[in-house]
Amino acid sequence: MDFDLSEEQRLLKESVDGLLNDSYDFEARKKYRTEKGGWSKTVWGKLAEQGLLGLPFSEEDGGFGAGAVETAIVMEAMGKALVLEPYLATVVIAGGFLRHGGSAEQKAAHIPGIIDGSKTFAFAQLEKNSRYDLSDVATTAKKKGAGWVIDGEKFVVINGENADTLIVTARTKGERRDRNGIGVFLVPANAKGIGRKGYPTQDGLHAADITLTGVEVGAEAAIGDPENALDLIERVVDDARTAMCAEAVGAMDESLKSTVEYLKTRKQFGVAIGTFQTLQHRAADMFVAVEQARSMSMFATMAADFDNAKERATAVAAAKVQIGKSLKFVGQQSIQLHGGIGMTQEAKIGHYFKRLTMIENTFGDTDYHLRRVTDAGGLI
Amino acid sequence: MDLAFSKEEIAFREEVRAFFKDNVPPDTRRKLQEGRHLSKDEMVTWWRILNKKGWGVSHWPKEYGGTGWTSVQHYIFNEELQMHPAPAPLAFGVSMVGPVIYTFGNEAQKKQYLPRIANVDDWWCQGFSEPGSGSDLASLKTKAERRGDKYIINGQKTWTTLAQHADMIFCLCRTDNNAKKQMGISFIVFSMKSKGITVRPIETIDGGHEVNEVFFDDVEVPVENLIGEENKGWDYAKFLLGNERTGIARVGVSKERLRRIKDLAAKVESNGKPVLEDQGFREKLAACEIELKALELTQLRVVADEGKHGKGKPNPASSVLKIKGSEIQQTTTELLMEVIGPFAAPYDEHGDDGSNEAMDWTAQIAPSYFNNRKVSIYGGSNEIQRNIITKAVLGL
Repeated sequence: MDFDLSEEQRLLKESVDGLLNDSYDFEARKKYRTEKGGWSKTVWGKLAEQGLLGLPFSEEDGGFGAGAVETAIVMEAMGKALVLEPYLATVVIAGGFLRHGGSAEQKAAHIPGIIDGSKTFAFAQLEKNSRYDLSDVATTAKKKGAGWVIDGEKFVVINGENADTLIVTARTKGERRDRNGIGVFLVPANAKGIGRKGYPTQDGLHAADITLTGVEVGAEAAIGDPENALDLIERVVDDARTAMCAEAVGAMDESLKSTVEYLKTRKQFGVAIGTFQTLQHRAADMFVAVEQARSMSMFATMAADFDNAKERATAVAAAKVQIGKSLKFVGQQSIQLHGGIGMTQEAKIGHYFKRLTMIENTFGDTDYHLRRVTDAGGLI
Repeated sequence: MDLAFSKEEIAFREEVRAFFKDNVPPDTRRKLQEGRHLSKDEMVTWWRILNKKGWGVSHWPKEYGGTGWTSVQHYIFNEELQMHPAPAPLAFGVSMVGPVIYTFGNEAQKKQYLPRIANVDDWWCQGFSEPGSGSDLASLKTKAERRGDKYIINGQKTWTTLAQHADMIFCLCRTDNNAKKQMGISFIVFSMKSKGITVRPIETIDGGHEVNEVFFDDVEVPVENLIGEENKGWDYAKFLLGNERTGIARVGVSKERLRRIKDLAAKVESNGKPVLEDQGFREKLAACEIELKALELTQLRVVADEGKHGKGKPNPASSVLKIKGSEIQQTTTELLMEVIGPFAAPYDEHGDDGSNEAMDWTAQIAPSYFNNRKVSIYGGSNEIQRNIITKAVLGL
């Protein structure tokens, strides 16, 4: 049993913290948001230079063969800095599909572009009525010759406007909510029949609603079994949830730090407001919430190595429940303790709150995951 | 990072588990499971079995009878003990006064007291709280006046747990009225059989007798019963209270209670089916289990940290243990209340010895719910814990 980072992991943490310290203060972030697609190509290039985009890929595929702990280190740092770049969509999710389900040809075709920073991806999964159910897929992929024709609508696809390649879930057979008959397809974003409508999201990221009308792809587009890819999708989305838990811990940690700093400096009635016990105890409760979230984020991260897929999924769901509870409390109380200034766009604290809130509503909220843990028969 | 115990640790867990299975008297186990109070005899019998095995004072230095276990082994031992369940070693002797004596006491005191603590030849109680000194402990007024080779002790202690069984008391007494309040306190130990001591029971909210008032009326105590230096008692008290950081989470106790909740909820019906099949109830149970898992992980972080870096500087996460641990214990007692619903009402006024079979399965659930409100009050109330986080961790 060991909760410490290895020497290499410590160095990784230092390097990613250092990079983001240098290039990602709040003012710089504002500037990046105005760039095309809503994030900075320069920063993305720096992430590539430091090897961060290649972390999880095997050495054989040109990466570093790092595991879930390394991803968590990067995501936590990104949560602290409120990074806008599509690391989750490209490295964690698309990278996850390629690593866990990709053929040798698919890996060779796509991983180098991820690692060198030349290509980004987006995960086109959410549909109008699917909410958090990954098996609820109305988009269809119909066999045509050796390849497929895809029709459907996808929503709130993060980095959907900028991505070079979309990873699209589509039904190859069965009814809308069947667990069987779902495939995952690599679709060039500029393919004929794709319509993309981009917009900013509440937390400062960019997303797109995407229509697919008679989009034709070859047989090589399908990742894994085109008729039975739900296990793969669940696996990758669990990786994404785990990564988001770490991101949330980073964002909560910074929210607490910033709030404590504010309590020390803001004066009312002639004293720092941090001398008032009501506010002290609120901050103490925030600390408790952050530490409990950190523990469960570590749990989910370490669960990536569990052999039993059901146990792994339950661990991740449980982590998302704890993170959801903690982030709501920490996010809301951060605003409350900052008072009026916390209500402004100008203050960074509100941006943490908004990112945390969007994490709660992505890939299953607290209630959704509590139900999953319940249906799995609990955790103890 | 690695969550798994080593092979050796797993083997150790099996050894501990098997020992409890073979050696904890079944009736003692059952009473604990049902939330009943144990008699003095039942507790002492078990502690002597434990001491004979060499595990009575496991965390003490080896020279005084400790085991030399790693922090992970201590964790495993406590967790298994709480889950079995078996009575934890008497904290007042083993975790509190024992470490103060072997750290600050002289050779004669070590020789005189330590073996008797280990074998519970002496039952110790704690003379800290007073009617006017709860969270503000340093305001205590009980006086020890030096007269020749004796201290004359006058005053009153309260909330003295199981003082009705006690042979010895360790007591914080004011020995200097003129010093700043923390500076004039001494740590004195003496026999509860001394002349001038009166123990008066306090009946608690659940009808139980766990705590007492203890009155001192010109109690004569030899000066050699002072531990360490005069007027340094506050330092020893802080040492004592800071000593046991991880056991306080009582994760094993809550795990055991969750098991009991599931057992009962499978038997009790609501709307024609077991409570355990009610979706709303199941979700509450799952939510509690998630909280407990988070706490367990937080505790393991602290344990792993101690194992690696020693106990010197506490991991900031350790402040979470008392707050969350007590909240979760209370939640589990609430869930039990929810399971039995209207059958929470009957009150067994004949005591909790289990002789009234009609009430056997529910009788202790409401009292245990009422009684467990104490866990967020004692050991430094949860509000005091928040003060500690505020000062020591957040620097406010």
